[in-house]
Amino acid sequence: MDLLQILTVSIETAIGPIAAIYVLAAIGLNIHFGYTGLLNFGQVGFMLVGAYGVAVSVTTFDLPLWLGLLASIVCAAILALLLGIPTLRLRADYLAIATIAVAEVLRLLYRAQFARPITGGVYGRNSFADGFYGINPIPPGSYGIGDVDFSADELWLMVVVWGLVAAALGITAALMHSPWGRVIKGIREDEDAVRSLGKDAFVYKMQSLVLGGVFGGLAGAMIALNQQNITPDQFMPQVTFYLWAMLLLGGAARTWGPVLGPVVMWFLLTAFDELLRSLASMDIVPFLETSQIGALRHAFVGLALILLIVYRPQGLIGDRKEMLVNVK
Amino acid sequence: MRTRLVTVLLSVIAAIMVIPGIAAADAAGGESLKGQIRAPGSSDEGVEGIDIAVSQDGDEIGTATTDTDGEWEVEVPEAGDYHVVLDQESIPDEYELLEKPAGAERDVTVQEGRPFFVVYRLVPQGEAQAEASPSESESADDEEDAAGGAEPAAEEEGVVEAPGVSEGASFGEKFIGLAVAGIIFGLIIAISSVGLSLIFGTTKMINFAHGDMVTFGAMMAMMFSSMTLFSTVHEALAGIPVLGFIANPLVLGLILAVVCGGVLGVVLERFLWRPLRGRNVALIQMFIVTIGVSLVLRHLMLAVFGERRNKYAQFRIQEMLHFGPVSITPRDLVILLVSIGVLILVASMLQFTRIGKAMRAVADNRDLAESSGIDVNRVTLYVWGLGGSLSALGGVFLGLNQTVYWQMGFHLLLLMFAGVILGGLGTAYGAMVGGLAIGLIAQLSTLWFSPQLMNAWALAIMIIVLLVRPQGILGRRERVG
Repeated sequence: MDLLQILTVSIETAIGPIAAIYVLAAIGLNIHFGYTGLLNFGQVGFMLVGAYGVAVSVTTFDLPLWLGLLASIVCAAILALLLGIPTLRLRADYLAIATIAVAEVLRLLYRAQFARPITGGVYGRNSFADGFYGINPIPPGSYGIGDVDFSADELWLMVVVWGLVAAALGITAALMHSPWGRVIKGIREDEDAVRSLGKDAFVYKMQSLVLGGVFGGLAGAMIALNQQNITPDQFMPQVTFYLWAMLLLGGAARTWGPVLGPVVMWFLLTAFDELLRSLASMDIVPFLETSQIGALRHAFVGLALILLIVYRPQGLIGDRKEMLVNVK
Repeated sequence: MRTRLVTVLLSVIAAIMVIPGIAAADAAGGESLKGQIRAPGSSDEGVEGIDIAVSQDGDEIGTATTDTDGEWEVEVPEAGDYHVVLDQESIPDEYELLEKPAGAERDVTVQEGRPFFVVYRLVPQGEAQAEASPSESESADDEEDAAGGAEPAAEEEGVVEAPGVSEGASFGEKFIGLAVAGIIFGLIIAISSVGLSLIFGTTKMINFAHGDMVTFGAMMAMMFSSMTLFSTVHEALAGIPVLGFIANPLVLGLILAVVCGGVLGVVLERFLWRPLRGRNVALIQMFIVTIGVSLVLRHLMLAVFGERRNKYAQFRIQEMLHFGPVSITPRDLVILLVSIGVLILVASMLQFTRIGKAMRAVADNRDLAESSGIDVNRVTLYVWGLGGSLSALGGVFLGLNQTVYWQMGFHLLLLMFAGVILGGLGTAYGAMVGGLAIGLIAQLSTLWFSPQLMNAWALAIMIIVLLVRPQGILGRRERVG
């Protein structure tokens, strides 16, 4: 067992493009849950429409990549409107049910037989990201410190995604310190109080849902660019639950919470994965097959969610008082 | 009024987006089902003269007999789902078919333009039982590799089959067949979701782990029914009419699964939810904990039982019974009757017994019930026990009616939510009515629309209900916003 190797791989994952993508999606979820108190259990649905926004525009309709990114944003915004209109007037639990159900049904729709001409059905879409890597200004080669290194393409994607993360953080921080942000946080604390001040809580909640959904959609578009090959089945509901675990680990309703959470979580997950894998290959742990490691990892995330809520609901850097909000 | 109009308009747009586009014509290609049946212990010696039949939706497509090399092939007209049956009678006496992991009957999906390899393995007579034991998992792995052309990912998720409904039937026949399938499916949803609704009523918590409690029941029954202990008991009692049926491994497995489901519910309530309520954990946080529980449960089951789809070995092949225009297998008839019986029992328990009345009282108003002397914690414990065992029962029935796999409960959970919201969140009778309605709607929608959209229609109903009557059919009108 090579501990240094495990450490290197874990660090690469923790600062790599995938972690950055999860940070972006978690920022969206933080706007929903952390600031507004919306229970969105379907963030993966936004990522799905975002990823397919790029993939379908480029491959099926032969549009340029930037139009594809625009399509991702528009699709995510439309999904937020469709989700919000029936459920945002109701109690929070209805939104929870509707989002989890809509995200799963979207996945079933995108993989359905009749959708194959557009979405590629279960086979998904591929080779749409050439335009993105074609404008890569970084000369080919390998960049990094010590054993931690990335290829030019990875680095280019990391620059773009972390850039988007910085922009999203800036927007969120600015908004939350504006009057708009105070109304949003007021809705989380006491919706009736906000209404009594003459604010239309429904409109504010809808704006928050759209904004967070657009961040989710952008994260999905980045997933598409990262893999250059997407299928509906990678947008399983587990992705949303990972995001929740990461957000709660980092600390909801904090600007840096959704950044810290995914980075730490990906580090731990990769280390856990690699450790189990090397243990399994050395036959130290009986009854452990490599095929079970993925399943055990999901179970580990579930356990982490339970323990976090029970023992440290505010996460690493959160404020406990802010997390004691109850649903009426 | 104007906002109402806009919302309705938008939901109509949503509905239109859900309606399928025109499917592209299938590309021409050499779709076929083929395979080679080899003698046990040899890599190239085939077994001659084994009959294999291929059918689609009950219509026979073709048959084949293995040649001297043990090879067989059936041409199929197009990509799609086919049912392959190996005639066990035609296997030479010295061999028998290895029933694990799949038996003589397979449901396969043929992809466009390429053959699909169906792998049957033979073992020397009398060794099938020994080789099927879990210690020899290698044989299963071989099979997976050999099945090269098969793509398990292409299996239709979330699609529920309606047996006894054939493609060529007239509209009336199809309608009746689908209605029967819908009633059975609806009853399964109803049984599973009574607990979900009662748990919401008594604790105001949405249990996202309820679907995985359904899978848990089905998996437990699968585990118990394949234990050799029970099959020996069954063999000893097989001759006796009633006892022989009760001693059937699956019937015993079902009873044990229901007990296990109840125990799971009680354990979760006693050791997780009650302490959490004691710590004043907020409801939003409780939702997240239920999601954590569902992740743990689901993936532990995935790690232990694997991601293969299985069917119960018992009651698999059955002749259709015909009652006038209605055809139904005895298996489904038993599911139908037992489900109705159980629902009536649960309803009368809720209506007439002390604990049932207490459950309804707590679900209606927890504080009022507590102040009138009801031990709310005890009632909640019973509700979890009842909910857990009912969901396990629903899981076994669903597995018997369809297949057992690790995500079956999660897919059912969406329909259970739809049913519970349609009937009225928090009411037991609402869950029954809503579940039945959702099952019927889902199955009957396949009359006009693709079966892949069954869940989408159930969801559309849910969203319409949320728009016009958020409290559901049987729910009391109160402020839910």
